[in-house]
Amino acid sequence: MTQSQQSFLVIGGGIAGIQASLDLADRGYKVHLVEESPSIGGKMALLDKTFPTMDCSICILAPKMVEVLRHPNIDLLTYSEIRGVEGEKGNFRVIVAKKPRYVDPSKCIGCGVCATRCPSRVKDEYQMSLGDRKAIYMPFPQSVPLVYCVDPESCLFLTKGICRVCERFCEAGAIDFDQKEELVFLKPSGIIIATGLRVSKPIEIEEYGYGRFRDVLNAMEFERTLTATGPTGGELLKPSNGEHPRNIAFIQCVGSRSLREGYPYCSAVCCMHATKQAILVKEHSPETTVTIFYTDIRANGKDFRQFINRARTEYGVNYVRGKPGEVREDTETNQLEFYYEDTLTAQIHKVNVDLLVLSTALLPSEKNGELARLLGVQTDEYGFIKQLDPLTSPLSTTVDGIYVCGFAQGPKDIPDTIVEASGVASIASTIHPSIGE
Amino acid sequence: MTETEADLPRVGVFLCRCGTNIAGTVDIPRIAQYAEKIPGVAYVEQNLHTCSSEGISKIKEAIRNRKLERVVVAACTPRTHEPLFMAAVEEAGLNRYLFQMVNIREHDSWVHTGDKEAATEKAQHLVNMAVAKAINLEPETRREIEVTPSALVVGAGVSGMTAALSLADQGFQVYLVEKDAEPGGLVKDLHKLLPTDTKADMILAPMIEAVRTHKNVSLFTDSKVTGVNGFIGHFNVEITTGQNKLTTEVGTIIVATGAEPLSPEGYYQYGLHGIITQLELEKKLVDDTAVLPNQVSMIQCVGAMEEKGRVYCSRICCGVAIKNALEIKRRFPSTKVNILYRDLQTYGIEYEQLYRDSLEAGVSFINFDPHRPPEVSITTDGQLNLQVYDTLLGEEYTLEPGMIILSTPLTPREESKELAKILRVPLTPDGFFLEAHPKMRPMDFSSDGIYLCGTAHSPKNIPECISQALGAASRAAIPMKKGRIMAEATTAVLDPEKCVGCGACATACPFDAIIWGPLGAPKVIDAACKGCGVCTVECPVGAMQLRYFKDSQLTPAIDALLHPFPDEGAQERKPVILVMACKWCSYAAADFAGVMRLQYPASVRIVLVPCSGKVDFRHIYKGFMSGADGIIVAGCLKEQCHYVDGNIVAERRVEAAKKTLDALKIGGNRLEMFFCSAGMPRDFAEYMRDFTERIRKLGVATLENNQAFRSLDVKTLTEDAGDV
Repeated sequence: MTQSQQSFLVIGGGIAGIQASLDLADRGYKVHLVEESPSIGGKMALLDKTFPTMDCSICILAPKMVEVLRHPNIDLLTYSEIRGVEGEKGNFRVIVAKKPRYVDPSKCIGCGVCATRCPSRVKDEYQMSLGDRKAIYMPFPQSVPLVYCVDPESCLFLTKGICRVCERFCEAGAIDFDQKEELVFLKPSGIIIATGLRVSKPIEIEEYGYGRFRDVLNAMEFERTLTATGPTGGELLKPSNGEHPRNIAFIQCVGSRSLREGYPYCSAVCCMHATKQAILVKEHSPETTVTIFYTDIRANGKDFRQFINRARTEYGVNYVRGKPGEVREDTETNQLEFYYEDTLTAQIHKVNVDLLVLSTALLPSEKNGELARLLGVQTDEYGFIKQLDPLTSPLSTTVDGIYVCGFAQGPKDIPDTIVEASGVASIASTIHPSIGE
Repeated sequence: MTETEADLPRVGVFLCRCGTNIAGTVDIPRIAQYAEKIPGVAYVEQNLHTCSSEGISKIKEAIRNRKLERVVVAACTPRTHEPLFMAAVEEAGLNRYLFQMVNIREHDSWVHTGDKEAATEKAQHLVNMAVAKAINLEPETRREIEVTPSALVVGAGVSGMTAALSLADQGFQVYLVEKDAEPGGLVKDLHKLLPTDTKADMILAPMIEAVRTHKNVSLFTDSKVTGVNGFIGHFNVEITTGQNKLTTEVGTIIVATGAEPLSPEGYYQYGLHGIITQLELEKKLVDDTAVLPNQVSMIQCVGAMEEKGRVYCSRICCGVAIKNALEIKRRFPSTKVNILYRDLQTYGIEYEQLYRDSLEAGVSFINFDPHRPPEVSITTDGQLNLQVYDTLLGEEYTLEPGMIILSTPLTPREESKELAKILRVPLTPDGFFLEAHPKMRPMDFSSDGIYLCGTAHSPKNIPECISQALGAASRAAIPMKKGRIMAEATTAVLDPEKCVGCGACATACPFDAIIWGPLGAPKVIDAACKGCGVCTVECPVGAMQLRYFKDSQLTPAIDALLHPFPDEGAQERKPVILVMACKWCSYAAADFAGVMRLQYPASVRIVLVPCSGKVDFRHIYKGFMSGADGIIVAGCLKEQCHYVDGNIVAERRVEAAKKTLDALKIGGNRLEMFFCSAGMPRDFAEYMRDFTERIRKLGVATLENNQAFRSLDVKTLTEDAGDV
């Protein structure tokens, strides 16, 4: 088989899938990149800045996203899902379903007139439901492809048969309500799983009031409120009353490192993530008090400890070793009150805060189970894809020819994810070494 | 200009309406009428969407039918669309560098939506600039560089061997260089490996066998890399084994030189009998018959996570301590093991599981506060005493362990410094190798063709080393697999006629891309030149130029952008602001300001430069002469320059230029340096508003009667300014 006939299937269009696709495509392999949402970018596209360099996340990600779109060897299948898989290494057969966007990608120019005219407003999942979007929408301004998409569940025409306002106002004539689901048949030599993570919502951990008190957010919700493209335009406001919070607390390991509360493992990035957010808060408003309640500070990557030290000394972020008790809300002021023991001083204190951020357990994609069944690979008890050998073959799954990288396999940060994504490309390339002999 | 219109190349101008995105604010038909009158413009076309397949085919058609020699597209940002149009121009038979794009969307219609008149007028200036630059463009050739399909891997530990074998399996020839007599690195001395508790030899032996026997791997033990010259595709490397030197050519290089554990002299009485390191413990454990005392204490972070000096956390030591504690518990169930720790680093799934396993096995953990560290003493009868304050219980303990094990961090190898010099790659302040970008390019150096993996990058465990080694192999394989790389033509070029041979360019180059000896003219190595243009500013005689951004191109562009239209003179003039924005950060920030529709005055006019370090006093002078009332040099945030430190060089030059402007009574406060990242569109827009306001208060710059400024010898002045 010549190289031009060989192809790979990459499942997931976050930074893991993007990097794996680029590395393979740059070597001349054909890559089919399948992403279930309307745009690639994944969780990284939702982040404001990234630790420890404080680079703007989308600014360093967007060029790679555009590169994927432009790459002659990459066939980008967004808003698509895997329906069936058979075969074996070197010769898989895969069915992918392309869901209808109701927008012709060859005509849409991404101007957004449709969305300004669309009368149907729903919660925006890209804003973690803290803001709204229209039924016709683009997930975020730097979406790739830059093509709008109609959400069939909230579109008035698709649900009630009325409206079609978007169609009337689209200058490019890109709206196409006749689009149907389309099946694509692929024959990849190898498959790479890069399905990423999701952020848990600790509703069942009642003592912290998540879901009951409006000013208790999980880390990703808080990230959106810090982001320029977020629901508040980057202004730091309390969800309850729109005021500026003057005292913010983070509680680490909520639902993780605990057999009782949910997940026994450590999510690996939250200490750094909370520290980054604390710095961003301090950059927004230096007078705001920020306290991080932690179990162990896990700052074990390159330059991470230095980052924690900077947060402490340059920005005045407080770190307290200890886990707070039950959180109560003053129903009039929305202030949150709780007790905690500082285990380093063995003293108990009471504190009032305006906003509470929970660093909750990070979980694998909820679709990993279904995907694993289709692919025949094993997952662990939490839904992470199992490695062939955690010591020597960290990037191989239990099925030959199917590989895994990034958070789909276990908690890790962006550089470790990129490392694995490139690593996967090396292993996959040896399915058919095409030079030498 | 002495050229007559007939001498000028035929320029085609394509004006994109972008639906209503541009045309809703900018009067495109008026721009078209205006453009037709610009000298050199032979053809003007308006498109609904110039980037659509229809728009592209119209450009190609016009190049052929109208015999166009230059193409200007006024549309959105070149950062996303320039490659598309360049490819179209090339397909129509015109050199791709005879194309110029100008941004009248993000930098105009989207940021001046409230003032259609001002936005239209600004678009005229922008188109004028693009035509002026296009007329002076020259065809350039992207060079194809062949890449030798072989690699040098430095270091034959687990990382180096994994990288070497991966490349060898992909068919590339690999030279694997190891300083020790045997491959294996640090793992040679280890007992069992996390997280599977596999004996180190079980994974090491097959790897060593493979690197010794693989037909594509040449293993050099007891050897060192003593010289590297060249660039991606063609590195000449010198490998020294004893007295023998071998010189060979490779396409790529992977650094996998590893790290070494700190020897904790001076910490906790290390050196006394019974006080050893984790590594020394592992060496004991390799012997199945080793006997240990009935109480063992481990102290974490010995020489790590310090307030100053070794600030970093070594990531793996907690896991190693727990692994060894479990091993001790397995062999000697009655032995008491306690681990004195600060912040336990059992990150992820397996390590946290290991921690719980150890608790179940009876290992006890004592948290200590670094401000109140444990103290080691020894009684006269030789008993070790360990005093520790347990923060969780709030109690002071005295332990009497038979052995104290110190967990020390992995530290950079001393030899790294030498190798870094040979390869001309940077180290972090800690002494580990510094990658191109800690987030997005963890295996690449900023020099093309050199890659990094394993603990030479930072402390990490075996599976992480293996992943990174495979990753580095992937990065190295890409250019070798392609067999050739296309180098952008935007490199520095020397006019030997003008060159005085001073070598200032070579000194200024952040990438050592200019070779210069005291005798003869400097020589630019195209493959190593990144196109920042920092060298061109240092050249005292203008002999060094940057292709596509030559002074002969940039200066007329600045003039055309600023020069008032004839009918403007009579009116009361509003201050005009010139921004010379680096393409990586500030130009991108302006783009995102457009995407977010952040408004700022239309008097702000932006010129794209590759790096703020490309901005010359000559450009600043030209700016004021042509009608600017204020000038901003905009670069990346400090320490985020894509060309090492072009922005810092720029800042220094701006400071010097400000003094000159003060002396000439123009006012140094009309010139400012602005640092911003691509992620700071709000700051960008705000700065533009504030600066415009500052200049408005100063009033327009009147140079008509400033003879000192008008008659300035810019060349001399640049030299003076450079000395400041």
